[in-house]
Amino acid sequence: MLVEIRGLSFSRGNRAIFDNVDMDIPRGKVTAIMGPSGTGKTTLLKLIGGQLKPDAGTIRVDGQDVHRLGHNALYAFRRRMMGMLFQSGALLTDLNVYDNVAFPLREHTKLSESVIRHLVLLKLQAVGLRGARYLMPAELSGGMARRVALARAIALDPEMIMYDEPFTGQDPISMGVLVKLIHDMNHALGLTSVVVSHDVRETASISDYVYVISAGKVVEHGSPEKLHHSGSAWVKQFMDGLPDGPVPFHYPANGLIDDLMQSEQGK
Amino acid sequence: MMRDKLQSLGRHTLDIFARIGRGAEFLIHTLYVLPAILLRPALVIRQLYYVGVQTLVIIVVAGLFVGMVMALQSYIVLVDFGAEESISLMVALSIMRELGPVFTGLLFAGRAGSALTAEIGLMKSTEQLSGMEMMAVDPMKYVIAPRFLAGFISVPLLTAIFMSVAILGGYLVAVELLQLYDGVFWSQLQAKVDFYEDFMNGMIKSVVFGFVIVWIAVFEGFDCLPTSEGLGQATTRTVVHGSLAVLGLDFILTAIMFSA
Ligand SMILES: Nc1ncnc2c1ncn2[C@@H]1O[C@H](COP(=O)(O)OP(=O)(O)OP(=O)(O)O)[C@@H](O)[C@H]1O
Ligand SMILES: [Mg+2]
Repeated sequence: MLVEIRGLSFSRGNRAIFDNVDMDIPRGKVTAIMGPSGTGKTTLLKLIGGQLKPDAGTIRVDGQDVHRLGHNALYAFRRRMMGMLFQSGALLTDLNVYDNVAFPLREHTKLSESVIRHLVLLKLQAVGLRGARYLMPAELSGGMARRVALARAIALDPEMIMYDEPFTGQDPISMGVLVKLIHDMNHALGLTSVVVSHDVRETASISDYVYVISAGKVVEHGSPEKLHHSGSAWVKQFMDGLPDGPVPFHYPANGLIDDLMQSEQGK
Repeated sequence: MMRDKLQSLGRHTLDIFARIGRGAEFLIHTLYVLPAILLRPALVIRQLYYVGVQTLVIIVVAGLFVGMVMALQSYIVLVDFGAEESISLMVALSIMRELGPVFTGLLFAGRAGSALTAEIGLMKSTEQLSGMEMMAVDPMKYVIAPRFLAGFISVPLLTAIFMSVAILGGYLVAVELLQLYDGVFWSQLQAKVDFYEDFMNGMIKSVVFGFVIVWIAVFEGFDCLPTSEGLGQATTRTVVHGSLAVLGLDFILTAIMFSA
């Protein structure tokens, strides 16, 4: 196991995002994390990356308790172990596409500019944006920005890459390319991949293991086949994308009628 | 009703103390990583351009006008006593001791301080800072420290430029407009302005102002709520708190420096 999560609890304000969750992410495999919007998938990645501290429980990555590392050790650890693709892309807006992808290489390696150029162009080629290398982030579409961010996340070839919704905003062709890219990197380089995605079919097609989380709990986990044949009405609804069923589409609230009736009293 | 008010008063007070605490912690962290940035002069030079050079125009223009106005006003008062040869002294002393550091501080807070806050705040709200952290690049080192250092270096330099240009402005008015003999203008300066007492005290003020303004500016950006509203508020706070800090500190420093 590369990542072992035990008894994880985390809350934002009064809202418990995770409540005593256990998870294991196997080494060298693609693990998918799915769940309704707002359940805390991004939060989970940030917890694993050590950006947020759990209220209780431990997260071990490669045997190392991430939240016990000191500042410098944590940075060294991230550099060796983790890459992350942010949901928003998080490109540096004052650098162009090329320099964005080159950024981690320049910061962390002593490679010559000609070697860096080689690497950057290869990574950009992999996401189909070699020709866009002189554009600034403001000149990219959302889908393009995320592909550049992907190229940047894989620039240092970390052991584990966490993808936060890599397929959002991609047309069917680039989606297919990205799915294949994640799959290939995983197989060719033996990387561990964690994919957060709502694209159930595509994600299931490349993942070895799937976690479905909701309301602070792991609702179901197992191989994609197992989940497809899951007896749980919950998982069925989620996988098939039906609006009605045990999964709440709404953020927790009072009944709609109550809310509407109360409108006279303000708020 | 009363209790609500008390509660909100208490909450605001706590918020203020919490912010001061975070600000102090932030400053210590910044100073701690500052030596590392000296190995990356390119980062600092880039910021010196954005923070310092781009503030230069407003400093020069303001300095020129302040100097000219000072000369005109001094003339009106001094001529009654037949002391108009002392215009240069009047201009130079007020500029060096007070107006130079204070004006530069206020202009810097408005021009460069607000820009620093907005830039860092936007980097935060677009997750660029988070993204750097996950790339194992410490934003304190890469983003905050160079900006802090560049601002800290810029303010005293800008102040010195402001002073020079203001005296030049005074010269233009006194000699070209009011037809004063220019030998008198310069000899008065040479004879009566003390390098340490007047010029250095002004520079010490500017160092203090620069430190405080830049601290406020980068902290507000780093600490802002990552929304457009939070960003706007943070930028406003930089200008307001930065300006008030300059004026308040100026009083304290003047009291210490010139009372003895
Ligand atoms: N900075 C924050 N402050 C307070 N609450 C937050 C913050 N960020 C997220 N949350 C809350 O935490 C919960 C989980 O957020 P998170 O971004 O992890 O969801 P997600 O599963 O990634 O959703 P999506 O699929 O829409 O990206 C949300 O309900 C959100 O309201
Ligand atoms: Mg998310």
